[in-house]
Amino acid sequence: MSRNWLRTLPVALVALVVAALVWRLANPPDATVESEMIGKPVPAFALPAAVPGSPTLSSKDLADGTPKIVNFFASWCVPCIGEAPLLTELRQQGVHIVGIAVRDRPQDLAQFFAQNGNPFERIGSDRQSGVQLAFGSSGVPETFVVDGHGVIRMQHIGPIEPDDVPGLIEAVSQAR
Amino acid sequence: MIAEAGLVALWLAAALALLQLFLAFGPAPMRGGTGTLRSIAIVEGLLTLFAMAMLMLVFARTDLSVLLVAENSHSAKPWLYKIAGAWGNHEGSMLLWVTILGVAGAALAIFSRRMEEKTLTAALGSQGALALGFFAFLLFSSNPFARLNPPALEGRGLNPLLQDPGLVFHPPTLYLGYVGLSVAFSLAVGALITGRVDSGLAKAMQPWVLGAWIMLTLGITAGSYWAYYELGWGGWWFWDPVENASLMPWLAATALLHSVNVLAARDSLRAWTMMLAMVAFSMSMVGTFLVRSGVLTSVHAFAVDPSRGTFLLALLAIYVGAAFALFALRSGKLAEGPPFELASREAALVGNNLLLSVILGVVFVGTLYPLFVEATTGSKLSVGAPYFDTVAGPLALLLAALVAVGPLLNWRRDSGERLKRLAVPGLVGVTVAAIALFVLPGGILAKAGLGIAAMLAVAAFLPLLGRRLLRTPLTTWGMVVAHFGAAVAIAGMSASTMMTKEVLTAARPGEQISVGPWLVEFKSVTPTAGPNWTALEAELRASPGSGVSVLKPQARFYTDPPTETTESAIETVLSGQLYTVLGRAAEDGRWQLRLWWKPLVTLIWLGGALIALGGALALGGRAWRGWRKERER
Repeated sequence: MSRNWLRTLPVALVALVVAALVWRLANPPDATVESEMIGKPVPAFALPAAVPGSPTLSSKDLADGTPKIVNFFASWCVPCIGEAPLLTELRQQGVHIVGIAVRDRPQDLAQFFAQNGNPFERIGSDRQSGVQLAFGSSGVPETFVVDGHGVIRMQHIGPIEPDDVPGLIEAVSQAR
Repeated sequence: MIAEAGLVALWLAAALALLQLFLAFGPAPMRGGTGTLRSIAIVEGLLTLFAMAMLMLVFARTDLSVLLVAENSHSAKPWLYKIAGAWGNHEGSMLLWVTILGVAGAALAIFSRRMEEKTLTAALGSQGALALGFFAFLLFSSNPFARLNPPALEGRGLNPLLQDPGLVFHPPTLYLGYVGLSVAFSLAVGALITGRVDSGLAKAMQPWVLGAWIMLTLGITAGSYWAYYELGWGGWWFWDPVENASLMPWLAATALLHSVNVLAARDSLRAWTMMLAMVAFSMSMVGTFLVRSGVLTSVHAFAVDPSRGTFLLALLAIYVGAAFALFALRSGKLAEGPPFELASREAALVGNNLLLSVILGVVFVGTLYPLFVEATTGSKLSVGAPYFDTVAGPLALLLAALVAVGPLLNWRRDSGERLKRLAVPGLVGVTVAAIALFVLPGGILAKAGLGIAAMLAVAAFLPLLGRRLLRTPLTTWGMVVAHFGAAVAIAGMSASTMMTKEVLTAARPGEQISVGPWLVEFKSVTPTAGPNWTALEAELRASPGSGVSVLKPQARFYTDPPTETTESAIETVLSGQLYTVLGRAAEDGRWQLRLWWKPLVTLIWLGGALIALGGALALGGRAWRGWRKERER
């Protein structure tokens, strides 16, 4: 009796595996992995101004009641040049944007803004990538949407493409 | 016309497969004799071979009116990659798969002359059923010969990572292994239908299992080395789902290889061997499905088409389900074989089979676990190297230790007298493990691995002790060489895991970097060009103390399709490999360089080659014995 049961075990296993695979085919894998930081408050930080004379940036500035876009960028980063016009466009549509310049120098940043425009209300200088790592970001450019209470609502890895703009605006308006 | 000829050949072959199925399993008046079935199988094999040749021809000529060529080839590609590019894409590789299936069926018809007729008829019918499904898959959802009207002006080109001699060798050998196992599957199906599971069947199955296993071993070894030098990550195994998809049939085939020997020699393990034969090819089909449907995230990222996945899954469910249902119905009627004691070669081989099956289960669960979890709980996770290494690693070492013991035991019952011979290899192993433990850095598993490898490297030769070497059968030599190869591979894996030195640096030309025993001088970076790429090439002068070797790693830019690849430069010496990769330029005239010193890493692939060589010796020995018997008649 028990041996007969054993003999049908392979068939049952096959059925189980096939069922799982059918499920997978019906629900194609979504390659995007949601950041663990979503829904968490931004880490506490206080950065000096990246460009002389401009305001500094701290975590308190991100909890002032207005939702914001936080953009990690650098003057030495080529894709950042590519997304600069889109940030300017977001700014023109009324989105508040702050920047965190990663491992950068004031004179290089000044040149970067002269060429690509400066859409940022505040820019912090993250010389050692410490704040970037605390945000759970591993490269530039990366863009976060932070709500009025300083809670991270969205993380966008890589340069902003034209197709991403509506999604970002939507996320900012929902973060109110 | 060439493409149409190929397509017609495929349709004809599909019709013959249908006929083959009916002649074997159809209603009684429709059934044909074995002779007819043999002829049909042979013609079918020739037709698929012809279709494959036609596809290679359109690729060789870069016929851009064929959709597949336009999408995957380019007129400026070197000719070798034009031809091998025929299987560097979904449709072409499925045609290669089906071609091997057809040719395997033909070879079964030609060479199995002394087999029991009814079993052979059923096996050929099963082969026809398998072929029919995969022909349908090709013709209805993956036609490699589809035309493009108007023709393209230029092809899109082949993924540059595939433009490598590895493409010529790796897919065909792997597929020969995967699909060669279909014969063992069909023979098991045939034997379960007729109820004639005996040593005669095992002897008919042996060369197929051995041949397919040799090819799988070569294919996996070649694939591992290709990934190692081409991807520029310096690793030789990533537990990627697609790698696992090739490892699982290999594990099943290795178990089958040993249990079929028990069945041939002792008429034992009947049901178990039949089950393994079915599992082995089922794993090949699962692997094909996982790779071709794209359901698992993998470095082997192919175009994903859900309808193709559904088709393949349906085939998989039908074939594997039917085979195991047959097993459930019929295996109970198989008589038990002659008994054996706990201390016997049979028992050792049962141990081998159990361990291999558990490792197979571990790999299978690890590969599919993320899928099950997401299906049941919705959360996403991935299973990586730590799981596989810590769970499968110790089991594999236990198996390696058993490999030293098994060949010293007699069939049926053993006094254990010859086990005393293990004293010397045991001492060697303990010494090496002790040295590793106290002197070398690294984890306990790798250290134990080194000790067990040293023990097995000596113990593998014990079966030759007291024998006249020239009169020892080739099959015994094959076993010795293969087991020694396993020891060599384990030694390479353990040693390179423990002792690899890695340096990631940004350097200016003129600077010196030291890694392990090497002093590497970074001379220059210069532009260079090939037939369809341009590159930045670094010149490194590496010196291990005396003498200087020049290494030239490249960062390549292909235009069709536009892709960047890293071409590592590797210096192989007796004690290991210096592996160098040129990265990006930093802002201030410095270049990222990545250097590894990997001691004894070459042993991994040398071991793989030795395992395959052992298999080849055994196969040669069997063929020679068969030929002599034939002549004596």
